[in-house]
Amino acid sequence: MKIHEYQAKAVLGPFGVAVPRGGIATTPEEAVEVARGLPGPVFVVKAQIHAGGRGKGGGVKVCRSLEEVREKAAAMIGMTLRTVQTGPEGRLVRKVYVEEGLEIARELYVAMLLDRETRRIVLMASTEGGMEIEEVAAHTPEKILRESIDFSVGIQPFQVRNVCRGLGLTGATAQQARTFLEGMYRAFVDKDASLVEINPLVVTRGGDLLALDAKMGFDDNALFRHPDIVALRDLDEEEPLEVRATDHGLSYIKLDGDIGNLVNGAGLAMATMDIIKYFGGEPANFLDVGGSADKARVKAAFEIILADRPKAILVNIFGGIMKCDIIAEGVVAAAREVGLDVPLVVRLQGTNRDLGREILRQSGLAIIPVETMREAAEAVVRASRGE
Amino acid sequence: MSIFIDENTRVLVQGITGTAGAFHARQMVAYGTRVVGGVTPGKGGTRLDDIPIFEGVREAVRETGADATCIFVPAPFCKDAILEAVDAGVRLIVCITEGMPVLDMLAVKPVVDRAGIRMIGPNCPGLISPGKCKIGILPASVHRPGTIGVVSRSGTLTYEAVAQLTELGLGQSTAVGIGGDPVAGTSFVEVLEAFEADPGTEGVVLIGEIGGQAEEKAAAFVREHMTKPVVAFIAGRTAPPGRRMGHAGAIVSGGSGTAEGKIQVLRDHGIEVADTPADIGATMARRLGR
Repeated sequence: MKIHEYQAKAVLGPFGVAVPRGGIATTPEEAVEVARGLPGPVFVVKAQIHAGGRGKGGGVKVCRSLEEVREKAAAMIGMTLRTVQTGPEGRLVRKVYVEEGLEIARELYVAMLLDRETRRIVLMASTEGGMEIEEVAAHTPEKILRESIDFSVGIQPFQVRNVCRGLGLTGATAQQARTFLEGMYRAFVDKDASLVEINPLVVTRGGDLLALDAKMGFDDNALFRHPDIVALRDLDEEEPLEVRATDHGLSYIKLDGDIGNLVNGAGLAMATMDIIKYFGGEPANFLDVGGSADKARVKAAFEIILADRPKAILVNIFGGIMKCDIIAEGVVAAAREVGLDVPLVVRLQGTNRDLGREILRQSGLAIIPVETMREAAEAVVRASRGE
Repeated sequence: MSIFIDENTRVLVQGITGTAGAFHARQMVAYGTRVVGGVTPGKGGTRLDDIPIFEGVREAVRETGADATCIFVPAPFCKDAILEAVDAGVRLIVCITEGMPVLDMLAVKPVVDRAGIRMIGPNCPGLISPGKCKIGILPASVHRPGTIGVVSRSGTLTYEAVAQLTELGLGQSTAVGIGGDPVAGTSFVEVLEAFEADPGTEGVVLIGEIGGQAEEKAAAFVREHMTKPVVAFIAGRTAPPGRRMGHAGAIVSGGSGTAEGKIQVLRDHGIEVADTPADIGATMARRLGR
């Protein structure tokens, strides 16, 4: 799960991560009101969307008066912001964050994330603040410092010293770095984050260290123990069909193709997309109904796939936990209720396969039954072309 | 022969009174697995069919001599369930549950390793040595005893591959689902190592997917340490970057962990990779000259 910059700063602040003063606004008037409470004379108005590259896209504006704050906020709220990360369709800006302007001496980078290979949280830091870390990694990998943190003991002072030396932070700034980095680590662990990225991390002319931007992602599997984080979810930033899917306990990702597919198991679902593409089709979605789906969930899955208006649908089930007859009942119920008007190819294998096939056969629905994955892919690609 | 489990493995089921736990405990018994006990706090002293249920794992191990456990408890309680099994001194922990927080795994994994315990999962289908023992949720019907080892990050895609092998007359020595999470109890390399050492295994099918570097490490291991033929399939060629494809671990991030990259590395290391998921069995058969 992702959250907005302003939310990330509010989460990190109490852990000792220094952030500039600021406030959220949904109207130009609110923006001015927030700015009035800041020291001035420089303010920054920042569009709040779940995508990076906002600066280049026109989503971050420096203002030198309250009037300018009003103007920029008015222009930004309601605009569709296109950045390298939003894609061509862009994102509607609904909120802006108004912050105090800082006199910046240096822009640095620091992030913490899980390193799956070492099974540790890794701290990455770089003097190249403001740049995409992937770019720095690709072109000047020697400029990235890495500190691998043992989860059983947490971040250690020597690691902070290493980072300070690498980034050239000394004196009072280095003191602040310790509070900052230790706070960042504690926030990561306490909140079950998957990523905390501060880019840029700035040193002001006065030598203070602050998070000018902040990005946080969270482990979806751990949200059950963080109702405070769940409350930060912004449904406006998510694809509506994906939100609907999540509500039904489905794992669904909308794609650009025209062949809908309903599969059990993430690996098989990916493989099904792959084989559709291999035979010349384009998958419209990834959908894993999960291991413990009941009839209602299968029906919901079917409705979500149909809502994306595919040209054909492939149901590919290999029964393990999931029983084929349950899938068949869900498919039949959904097809009857929603009024199926596209070709439906169904392949059932594994637990209760024959029971499932019998339910489909007796339904009287125009279903194209197939035995193997190859037949399934070939049949659904042909069907999507009206052949 | 087989790896990790055989006809003598004595299995506990943690969370045996839940819907999934009860269903699959019965399926395991039906397959012939020696399910010697179940554990559900609050239900100690009762039974599921003939299976005695205990309050805790320590007591269950003492009373039944169990050396393996299969965990079905809900994700929020998995950390506790795994650590309880470690404490009780089992040899093998198989965690089926999906949705365990990754930081819980970071905490648990070193404890499991220090105790010298083999852990499979979480978020996995378990493992089966056809004709001998099944621990987990794999559909028994598609498996046959034989000499092919199967190791996979996926559940249902493993069944798919196994069904193809069986169809072609290639039975399995053991099929292991290592799970789809970013931090797994057992890696590809550890399973490959065991298959290489197992005289009953003739060749190995490896099924990977996008995300992480496990397949790349496996490729290097195969070239350096394996004499047996290995064929592979990697799922997720069509997965968009930056999106988690169902499994918590299946995500291409920052351009790393792509299917194309993995396939290239595997091929560079002399491992044949099936073009489609429908060709996994045939690729193995061809490699063995059958």
